[in-house]
Formats: sequence, C-alpha cells, structure tokens
Amino acid sequence: MSERPAYLLEYLLRIADTSLVLAQRLGEWIGHAPAIEEDLGFANTALDLLGQARLLLAYAAEVEGRGRSADDLAFLREESAYRNATLAELPNGDFGDTIVRQFLIDAYQLALYERLTDSSDLRLAEIAAKAVNETRYHVRYSSGWVVRLGDGTDESHDRVQASLERFWPYVQELFEADDIDRAALADGTAPPAQDLCDAWSRRVDAVLAEATLLRPAASPFRWYGKHGRHSEHLGHLLANLQYLQRTHPGATW
Amino acid sequence: MSQARDWPLYEVFIRARGGLDHKHVGSVHAADARMAIEHARDLYTRRQEGVSIWVARSTDILASDPAESAALFDPARDKIYRHPTFYDIPKEVETL
Repeated sequence: MSERPAYLLEYLLRIADTSLVLAQRLGEWIGHAPAIEEDLGFANTALDLLGQARLLLAYAAEVEGRGRSADDLAFLREESAYRNATLAELPNGDFGDTIVRQFLIDAYQLALYERLTDSSDLRLAEIAAKAVNETRYHVRYSSGWVVRLGDGTDESHDRVQASLERFWPYVQELFEADDIDRAALADGTAPPAQDLCDAWSRRVDAVLAEATLLRPAASPFRWYGKHGRHSEHLGHLLANLQYLQRTHPGATW
Repeated sequence: MSQARDWPLYEVFIRARGGLDHKHVGSVHAADARMAIEHARDLYTRRQEGVSIWVARSTDILASDPAESAALFDPARDKIYRHPTFYDIPKEVETL
C-alpha cells in the first residue's frame, strides 16, 4: 500500500501495545511462578507476545513516517500515547488472576488474528499469520489452567471465579467499535467488532462451562485504554519497561 | 515451590524429526498429562528440537535391577554373530 490511511497507525498501536504490555506483565512472573515449568511457560508466551509487538510496532513506525523505530515507540512513548486495552495492564495478582487475564486476552487475540489473516492490509495479514499459531497455543495453555482451577478444589474454584468477576468489566473495551475500528472495517483491514465478540464468546463460554465457572453479568463500567486513558498501573509498568532507555538514552546490546 | 513437589514427575520423550524414534530427554513436574505435554513443549522444544512429544508418569516406568546386570546382559557378550556386521549398508540409508 503506497497511501497509508490516517487511522492505521492508531489501529496498529492498539494491537501492538496490548501484546507489549501483556508481555511485560508476564515477564514479572519470571523467578516467581509456582514451579519452574510454569516460569518457562509464562516466559515463552511473553516472548511470543513481544515478538508480535516488535513486528507490529515496526510497521506502525513506518506508517507514522517520522523516522522512529519500533524501539523508540516501545521505550520512549509516554503513558498517554500507549493504546493497549486496559485489561492487559492490570496487575498480575495471584497465579489464578494472571491465568484468567491471560485467557480472556488470549481468546480475544485468537479471534482477532484468525480474522486478520484475511486482512486487506497484506503486511498485517502476514503478521497475523505468524501470530495465530502462537496464539492457538496460548489459548490451549491458559484455558487448560482455567479448567484445572475452576474444576479443581472449592478454594481454587471460588478464587478463579472472583478473578473472572474482577476482570470481566474490562472485556467490553475489546469489542466496542469506535471511529478507528469503523475506518479499519470500511476498507477491509479489520473484521467487524461484533464478529470478534461472537467468536470470543463461543470460545470463552465453552471453557467456562468445562471449568464449572459462571459467565459474569455485563457491566456498565467502561475504561478505554485504547484511547490513551489508562489505569494507575500502566505508569509503574512503563517505568520498569523504559527505565534503561530513559536512564541511558540510545544504549544498545 | 511446594506445589511443584506435590506434582507427579513425568518422563519426556521427543521425536526430533519424522522417521526418528522418540528419545528420552528429561522430565517435568505436572499436575496432569495435558500439563505435562505443555511443560515438555515449553521446556524441551523451545529451539525446534522436536515434532512429537510423549510423556509417561515416571512411576509407570519399570526398570531392570542393576544388581541383576550380570545375569541379564553378560550372556550376550560373547555372541558377536548376533551383530549384523556382515552386511553392507547402502549409503542412501541415513538413519539406521
């Protein structure tokens, strides 16, 4: 595409930043997971997400056309310039919280990447084709744990149900189309938000049923990280993520 | 790490390429078989080491008794005629 549409930068940043921020959150578990096997499981998923973010940010940087690199976008943007879904930045909590947050986002990313492989934006379609296999495994991994905890002991069931209630209000943001989403839909870059919501719901409902968990009721609560309005938690996360480049500008390996 | 100690141990076998045997590569702790496969995938196939994974509960594996080694294995020592060393192996056969 020679003419890059105006909405594209914003649209790419939303997908890229959600992966980047979630990768950073998962990375916080390294050395702290309940077993070394889980430590590596989270690290693998985090690296997949980081890889997706790199490809998407590199594309976003080209679209922006101001000579910035993927690293510049990751390390030198302020909090309000981040476009990730709020759900991705919420703190890890306990292992069950992290699993539930991960599962909700994995299922969303799978629905998204499955459809983006047919995007009219060929570069985006290629990135999605790589990401979709990774994400299929992420869903397998996190849904396995949701079932294990939900259908486990009374305590694990109650705690993971509570996690679900806590994160559920933040899901709505993922499926509420705004002008950016509508513009991306209009030229065939993005799928309809409703389709994503339907595919996501089918997958999530099936896993919740197997896990003997109840789907929480819809909530009027709204928060729009994708508009750059973030919870109090993102600033602290970025302080960690960006510390090195902020302290030693231009430092390289 | 108390949870990991409570989880049973699984032995992991990886097939490196189509046509090769599954080889024992190590073990993982896991709460169930599905988790064992996932842990094995995450620990032992990070660098494209495999195309297939087997896992088996370590307690399900029966081993020969080292004290019986002499009785079990020594009788084969002087029977070199059992080695197929008198055949020429075609160059085209790579993984025999």
